[in-house]
Amino acid sequence: MSGRSDKEIAVIGVGMHPWGKWGRWFVEYGVKAISDALDDARLEWRDIQFVAGADTVRNGYPGYVAGATFAQAMGWTGIPISSSYAACASGAQAIQSARAQILAGFCDVALVVGADTTPKGFLAPTKGERQADPDWLRFRLLGATNPTYFGLYARRRMDEFGATEEDFARVKVKNSRAGALNPYARYQKEFTLEEVLASPVVADPLRLLEICATSDGGGALVVSSLDFARRHGVSDPIRITGVSTVTPEFPNTVIEMPNFATDSAAGVAGPGTTFRDSIAAAAYEQAGVGPDDLDLAEVYDLSSALELDWYENIGLCKQGEAERLLRDGDTTLGGRIPVNPSGGLGAFGEAVPAQAIAQVCELVWQLRGQAGPRQVEGAAVGLTVNQGLFGHGSSVIVQR
Amino acid sequence: MAKQRVPAIEGWFSMDEGRPALLGTRCSESGTYFFPPENAQSRVPGFAGSTLEEVRLSRTGTLWSYTNAAYQPPEPFVTTTEPFEPFCIAAVELAEEQMVVLGQVVAGIGVEDLEVGMEMELVLDTLYEDDDNAYVVWKWRPSGDHALTDQVRGDPR
Repeated sequence: MSGRSDKEIAVIGVGMHPWGKWGRWFVEYGVKAISDALDDARLEWRDIQFVAGADTVRNGYPGYVAGATFAQAMGWTGIPISSSYAACASGAQAIQSARAQILAGFCDVALVVGADTTPKGFLAPTKGERQADPDWLRFRLLGATNPTYFGLYARRRMDEFGATEEDFARVKVKNSRAGALNPYARYQKEFTLEEVLASPVVADPLRLLEICATSDGGGALVVSSLDFARRHGVSDPIRITGVSTVTPEFPNTVIEMPNFATDSAAGVAGPGTTFRDSIAAAAYEQAGVGPDDLDLAEVYDLSSALELDWYENIGLCKQGEAERLLRDGDTTLGGRIPVNPSGGLGAFGEAVPAQAIAQVCELVWQLRGQAGPRQVEGAAVGLTVNQGLFGHGSSVIVQR
Repeated sequence: MAKQRVPAIEGWFSMDEGRPALLGTRCSESGTYFFPPENAQSRVPGFAGSTLEEVRLSRTGTLWSYTNAAYQPPEPFVTTTEPFEPFCIAAVELAEEQMVVLGQVVAGIGVEDLEVGMEMELVLDTLYEDDDNAYVVWKWRPSGDHALTDQVRGDPR
């Protein structure tokens, strides 16, 4: 194909460990995902020239040095590594790290991996007394958990755009139907609207079944230069054509985890778009495609209501039109632009450093036509989007 | 003996119980406000050399959004009631400062008492206590026409 940019890389292997609450050491999940990705790529571990690890902060030191942890677990081969932490966006940062190494010519083929073992219940800050750490202080002074922020966004959506509790529940129902078709999903069960609406409120107006759980899981990608892929016999590889890891511009006027306040807009003019709008926009610009070109999207449904925000943030519709898109079935499997055909976080729960990588795995299977009963027919262009607390954007565009 | 009332965090709000205010800083050159107070340097790009002056933020604002904590948050949240009593959390937009500030809502106000756009007022309230001190924090409560009636006060939800 002509017109391809020189900033593209190939994805030649993908692998995942099923999501769940397995309670085993996170490295086991990562190694399983790596082995599957290597098999998928028809490569040996010794062929890998760089490892980009996505960190977990819930498993001690080995989690902070994920690149080295996985390189050691696979057997030291002397290759360079990187380890990235960017909260929910850690996986995208790892992809970006591998991409930069490949595009700079430092290596031809690299491995991206993230895995996590998570504790039960609300994600809580690390122990200790830290009077200057906003993530510690929000729990102490406000009792503000992650669902607190999701609840604020959801209530705002109801007031501003007329979203209803049924709309939020409908998102969960849609994603649970897709998740029931995905062997890697933690919850392979279809929920009805009544079941979702009967689950207890956690952060008004959001209910237990609408807030993403925390899960164990692992995901891995083998990525390479386009030349390497062709030499390796992959004549027309699936390509990553855009990776966005943007941060907000001052003033960031939407309240964001773990902050106590927004930036003030009283002094200087804002950027004109919200941070969440800017995340996918940067990926579109790199890839030279737009929302109309998308065949599917994997968006970060930390809450069912948040999925509706993302429809607008990635340009599937104008502000205030997400509920119509949902109600019309456009974003359901078989609809005009399926969103979260994997089942999304609603069906997976979040394994923080693995999640952005898992989003890309799903796109690759979809673009290869290997997604089985949840296949989006003719999928050629897909986008992932997510946001990590402390101002981390994450979006990846994958094309065939 | 009454316990000493001390702030749960130093320097974020004034301790005058009658008309308390959040304490922020203001970038004198750009006019941008910071809360929590920024003391290192202005976070507005290009204004690093500007001085930061301490300011009292507006005591009232409009409710941008709200939610509640229906389940007990994890540590370092300190539980004061057994069993746990759900409470609301408000995001309040300050007109002058053009920013939204979070805070707990005083006890006795449920989500059914709140409405986006209503006027909210800053108050001080006890967050938790130990043997010697009562630790005080800022909270929001409906003001004006929505001000707490004694009936609501006596009927915590």
